[in-house]
Amino acid sequence: MTVKYTADHEYARAEDGVYVIGISTHAAEQLGDVVFVELPDVGKTFSKGDDMAVVESVKAASDVYAPISGEIVAVNTDIVDDPAKVNGDPQGDAWFVKIKASNASELDDMMDEAAYTEFAENA
Amino acid sequence: MVDQLKKTPLHSLHSDLGAKMVEFAGYDMPVQYPLGVLKEHLHTREKAGLFDVSHMGQAALIGPDHETTASAFEALVPGEMQKLKPGRQRYTVLLNDEGGIIDDLMVARSHEDGCLNLVVNAGCKEKDYAHIEARLPDSVRLERYDDRALLALQGPQAAAVLARHASASGELKFMDFAQMTIAGIEATVTRAGYTGEDGFEISVAGTDGEKLARLLLDDDDVEAIGLGARDSLRLEAGLCLYGHDLDETTSPVEGNIVFATGKRRREEGGFPGAARIQRELAQGSSRLLVGILPEGRAPAREGAEIQSVDGTKIGVVTSGGFGPSVGGPVAMGYVEPAYGKTGSAIQLIVRGKPLAAKVADMPFTPHRYFRG
Repeated sequence: MTVKYTADHEYARAEDGVYVIGISTHAAEQLGDVVFVELPDVGKTFSKGDDMAVVESVKAASDVYAPISGEIVAVNTDIVDDPAKVNGDPQGDAWFVKIKASNASELDDMMDEAAYTEFAENA
Repeated sequence: MVDQLKKTPLHSLHSDLGAKMVEFAGYDMPVQYPLGVLKEHLHTREKAGLFDVSHMGQAALIGPDHETTASAFEALVPGEMQKLKPGRQRYTVLLNDEGGIIDDLMVARSHEDGCLNLVVNAGCKEKDYAHIEARLPDSVRLERYDDRALLALQGPQAAAVLARHASASGELKFMDFAQMTIAGIEATVTRAGYTGEDGFEISVAGTDGEKLARLLLDDDDVEAIGLGARDSLRLEAGLCLYGHDLDETTSPVEGNIVFATGKRRREEGGFPGAARIQRELAQGSSRLLVGILPEGRAPAREGAEIQSVDGTKIGVVTSGGFGPSVGGPVAMGYVEPAYGKTGSAIQLIVRGKPLAAKVADMPFTPHRYFRG
């Protein structure tokens, strides 16, 4: 299972023909305790880099950008109801949205695990 | 970059504790420890938190007798200084000639005749000291205590913790000030703070700061708390943050801190901007700082526009975030006084969308000061 990352710390993981999107474990650690999550409506379409969701810690609000272009086919309301879950398993149960990609080649521009780990360590 | 930042006497302790450091008011300060902002906040409300506030400005006004020093300071602030008793502290503000707030500060009368101890905001201290020194009579001087450390021990267990090392601390009530020895360390202690909880602010020589901090942190009930939780704690307690909720354009009436002015002073005047403040007290001000409770879960941050329900701009949020003890978003901001009544329906513009909110009483969490 390949996970790709953006420089804004989103990840995209292929699963059942769509991409599961969320924020990286590193990003969740940097944010600290998440207290609020806002997700887009299912059916909305985004271009790569658009503001797609919001995640807020006690300290500050951060935008979550669409790492790839496409349509939202599912959102994870569990993290809206219990935002603290984002600090628990951000790359597992606490995913944000699922996107049906309109241009899967955009994944090629994203970092793989090794490149992202190095990027995050030096950020 | 970091090399240019000033360090408090507790700087190496913060590193040892694994703090995440940020720049604040020119200092390299801990914003949080490994516990995290949320748990640090809740721990302070439940047990006791230790804060390094050594970046704040500690100083004293020293004159020949209380009357002289108090008169000199009353020319700069609207607070009652003459009647401040030895061993008591109060909150007041430095005012400019337009009645705007240069800084908010704590002033304590020590048992040394003619001496008033001050604690001012870190980001304001140079401007405050210059302002004060330029206006003091020859008989009164300002002495800076830049080398001292200042620790705040806050929370319902603070008194029990400090009493284990200094039994004299138990005799203090809210806003009392005393000198005492804490485990052999000479300290000046006030029973006050910036969290809404019972607690103490403890001033010691910089060289004793780390020793005292480690001693207090050794207690099972005490955790180190960073600036992140300090901010959420003070916001829930409805306490203003200078540079955000108060600035050089806001008056004590607008800022809803008339308690920073003395009754006699309000009547007699004789402080900078007295005419404006007396007029606002009689006729009302053009804006008022109020508490705000957003209705959903989304926090409204500083700078968010405040509108009436029909979409007219009526003010701006000056502090806002998530209140861990409230369990939801809390904010404060300035509104036109017509909307200042508790329960008034308003809306906040967050990411371009209106968010329903209500004007609310502050504090959002009850103060638990020890008044004896």
